[in-house]
Amino acid sequence: MDAMVETLPLRAALVGNPNCGKTALFNQLTGSRQKVANYAGVTVERKEGRLTTPAGRGVRLLDLPGAYSLTATSPDEAVTRDVCAGRYRGEPAPELLICVLSATNLRLHLRFALEVRQLGRPMVVVLNMLDAARRQGMVIDVPRLQHELGVPVVTAVAIRKNGATDLLDLLDHPPLTGPAPSAKDEDLHATVRRLLTECVSRPSAGTEALEDRLDRWVLSPVTGLLILFALMFVMFQAVFSWAQPLMDSIDAGVSAFGELVRHVLPDGVLQSLIVDGVIAGAGTVIVFLPQILILFLWILVLEESGYLPRAAFLLDRIMASAGLSGRSFIPLLSSFACAVPGIMATRTIQNPRDRLITILLAPLMTCSARLPVYTLLIAAFVPDRYVGGVFNLHGLVLFTLYMAAIGSALIVAWVLKRGGKATEHPLLLELPAYRLPNLRDLGLGLWQRAVIFLSRVGTIIVTLSVLLWALSSFPAPPAGATGPAIDYSLAGRIGHWMLPLFAPIGFNWQICVALIPGLAAREVAVSALGTVYAVGGGETDAAAQLTPLLSAQWSLATALSLLAWYVFAPQCFSTLAVIRRETGGWKMVVVTATYLFGLAYAASFVTWRVALAFGGGAS
Amino acid sequence: MRLNELSPGSEAVIDHIEDRESGDPVAVRLRELGFVPGEPVKIIAQGPFGADPIAVKIGFTRFALRRVEAARIVLRAVA
Repeated sequence: MDAMVETLPLRAALVGNPNCGKTALFNQLTGSRQKVANYAGVTVERKEGRLTTPAGRGVRLLDLPGAYSLTATSPDEAVTRDVCAGRYRGEPAPELLICVLSATNLRLHLRFALEVRQLGRPMVVVLNMLDAARRQGMVIDVPRLQHELGVPVVTAVAIRKNGATDLLDLLDHPPLTGPAPSAKDEDLHATVRRLLTECVSRPSAGTEALEDRLDRWVLSPVTGLLILFALMFVMFQAVFSWAQPLMDSIDAGVSAFGELVRHVLPDGVLQSLIVDGVIAGAGTVIVFLPQILILFLWILVLEESGYLPRAAFLLDRIMASAGLSGRSFIPLLSSFACAVPGIMATRTIQNPRDRLITILLAPLMTCSARLPVYTLLIAAFVPDRYVGGVFNLHGLVLFTLYMAAIGSALIVAWVLKRGGKATEHPLLLELPAYRLPNLRDLGLGLWQRAVIFLSRVGTIIVTLSVLLWALSSFPAPPAGATGPAIDYSLAGRIGHWMLPLFAPIGFNWQICVALIPGLAAREVAVSALGTVYAVGGGETDAAAQLTPLLSAQWSLATALSLLAWYVFAPQCFSTLAVIRRETGGWKMVVVTATYLFGLAYAASFVTWRVALAFGGGAS
Repeated sequence: MRLNELSPGSEAVIDHIEDRESGDPVAVRLRELGFVPGEPVKIIAQGPFGADPIAVKIGFTRFALRRVEAARIVLRAVA
């Protein structure tokens, strides 16, 4: 009998308020033995880990989303409510609820613990962050609290090594029955107040908390915005410049690997498939990994340190003018590097409608993959001179393209807001205590992002790359053919078929062909143009040789039209794939692709017509 | 007086939370976050644009509230 109990793992779930240190405790207990997935049917992240107690008992630990109350106001909280109550479909009721409280914020967190206690399920209470509470001079009478609550209470310091041994010992002999039910009409706040007076003593508030001193600067209108601006500036610098050497070496590594395989495999279709399809295709995506990881490192540090909600506080008013809340700021900002991590970062937005709108807007932010295309076209068509003696015309055009994207995002947000029901969606954002980010938690967070990025988006990209490779390689040119091979391929034919659709906005068939591989990753369009115009060499060489060629063959109107197209075009399968993943369906993918295509087409059409009217039609 | 009318830096005590409609979710959430009668509150910061939202300290917790949300919180008259 006893052996039976030993072999069956205990199903336990961590519950608690946001900012109670629950995730740190989860990482402490389970280490890297974690599995991150989504709950069935919703996009709420489901984290489960395994651990073994000192006596050898296995525990399957579920990290439930943070909640302020079991009266749910967000999809996250609804999952927590239903799993706790054992009502979640496909999710067995936990045998033990581990309710995590921050000892520094008992007034808020105890109320939630009392709400969980009302469920009458077996539970234990963990007083986390005890070290911080002690530093504040707080003394907690744990035996008394345990007696009053009627459930086992242990203390923990989740961020310290071996900071959760009491909990581990307790898991060897978990309580099998729930607490005695309390009165249904219990005034939870009154109970909390009574518990605090009976079990907690703290010195009269003499010293000013660190938060008060920091917040005076961080939340102030002037210094607050300066600090925010400085942080964002460094973040962009990091994403663009620190990542570059790593990206270059990955790029070189992928090419070298491709060349190696090219030499090993015999010439032919298989070699081309592996080298030009699989390796080159996966390479174009993996190259972005350093950027994505650096960006996520920043977001994680800002999140863990407690700064992120403060940035949302500072910017809430601006975002509100577009119908969003301050929470949308970071995902949109991240999308300037790449929409993929930006869309992944929308998970921090609780309101489902806000989250959806933010996802729809993310592809409008000018991602770094658009830069190679912008740079090529600007260099080829915009004269390199100074306007008013100070502003470089190249820089001005680039700035205009960025501004056009931001402006249109505001307009789209405004339109989407008009379409929705005018319900009030509150800010009500907790500004948590500042803390130093914990290295282990940062490392685990980054590792999980990397795995998600590489496995999910990577597989889709490889599949599509193979498809695109097939389209541009078959059928092979007949013997004695003179033009570039792509002319004879399916992709070349598709380019000609597409022409009637794109001729009204000034594109020629070569651009149409380049648009196809550009679907996998926008910057590939540059090398694709190189292929179409039969320019050899790597991407950088191609760009250098293309510049004079394009300025000779294209009219200014065509170039401007293509630039306008790239501001909006939904030309990135990774983005669409991640939207599919994050929204859990194809509907939003279709909506995004359609509205972006419509915008791109309209913008290019207007640009083309206006440029023609001003005499930009001559090549 | 209501919380949105409180001047920054000064402290006040909550009298009650007003529902805008029956079962007003914002009012319900405010109560769950600890905005209950008898609790002292203090505005510690205002947003840089139009002084909205406001940052409120209640107990050991700080919250960012928009002014429309804070207007539901009725404060006790100072005796």
